[in-house]
Amino acid sequence: MTARNILIRGLIAGFIAGIFGFLVAHQVGEPHVEKAIALEEAGTADEAEAPEEHGHEEGAAHEHDAAEAGGTAHEHSHEAGHSHGEAAEVSRGNQRTWGLLTGTLIVGTALGGLIALISAAAIGRVGRLRPAASTALVTAIGFASFALVPFFKYPAAPPAVGSGDTIGERTGYYFIFLAISVLAAVAATFLARRLLTQVSVYASVVIGAGAYLAVVVLAAVAMPTVNELGDFPADTLWYFRLSSLFTLATIWGVIGVVLTGLVGRLDAVAVARAERRELAASI
Amino acid sequence: MSQATPAISTAGPDAIELPSIPLAQIAPWALFYGLVALLALFFISTDQGATSLISGTAIHEWVHDGRHLLGYPCH
Repeated sequence: MTARNILIRGLIAGFIAGIFGFLVAHQVGEPHVEKAIALEEAGTADEAEAPEEHGHEEGAAHEHDAAEAGGTAHEHSHEAGHSHGEAAEVSRGNQRTWGLLTGTLIVGTALGGLIALISAAAIGRVGRLRPAASTALVTAIGFASFALVPFFKYPAAPPAVGSGDTIGERTGYYFIFLAISVLAAVAATFLARRLLTQVSVYASVVIGAGAYLAVVVLAAVAMPTVNELGDFPADTLWYFRLSSLFTLATIWGVIGVVLTGLVGRLDAVAVARAERRELAASI
Repeated sequence: MSQATPAISTAGPDAIELPSIPLAQIAPWALFYGLVALLALFFISTDQGATSLISGTAIHEWVHDGRHLLGYPCH
């Protein structure tokens, strides 16, 4: 069992996870992305017809636009940056297939490798867990802290939700919260591991999980809420977010299942070899 | 021989020493691969959105749906 061995298995697990993530995102998520884009384009058309209403609406959101009286023209040139229609730089047909596949494969493989390296470090260092069990634990903690908890505070937003003017702010909040969550999970895991020698396994896990929760709940309460939904339809939003969560869960789940299986096999081979050596020595 | 076999099977895998990989062996892999992975995640999640390492919108447009469905902030 070496770092290289496990990293390669993580990359394989991540690549497979990327394929499954694509299938789920494409089958479950894309219909809602399409619906949101249709709404976005209908919205832009409405704004073109009623420029005064648009100006009023947007006024509060970005005051610096006050000087730009030609609100409609501005909005149109702005929209052209990420237009989704037929005139877009990348066609919708490519975006929802090859583009989406690129995204899930790269994210899957990158995460798979990272999880593998953390799992490699965790092997033999988390209580008496065998390598497969500690790998499964690393993936589970990773999913909770890297995907699930950040999603609860800053959930995925469909196209048409979110102003281009707040993208910097929203991205900043998201990654700050993500960093807090991941660092808290790492610290909580070290805390629980330290406590193992003093209290029961049950108590260490409860205290560790509780410490993590306390930090992220505090951060979630303290950090600003992003709500740019406007009158976006609730059903499309709900199904889009659900499908986004399914995609994330698929990627992490497949990485966990495949990597745990592969690491378990590595360990089984090593154990069998050790047993044979012991047997040979005892003769 | 006949005594040795049951002794091993009752011991089971728990008796086999828990393996661990020296952190010094993991460190270079972690450093190099960690940087590559973070860069890859950055290009999928954020480039040509909130900040841009490479100008233009091609990357943003290409991974647009992935960015939305993987939960990253996007326009």
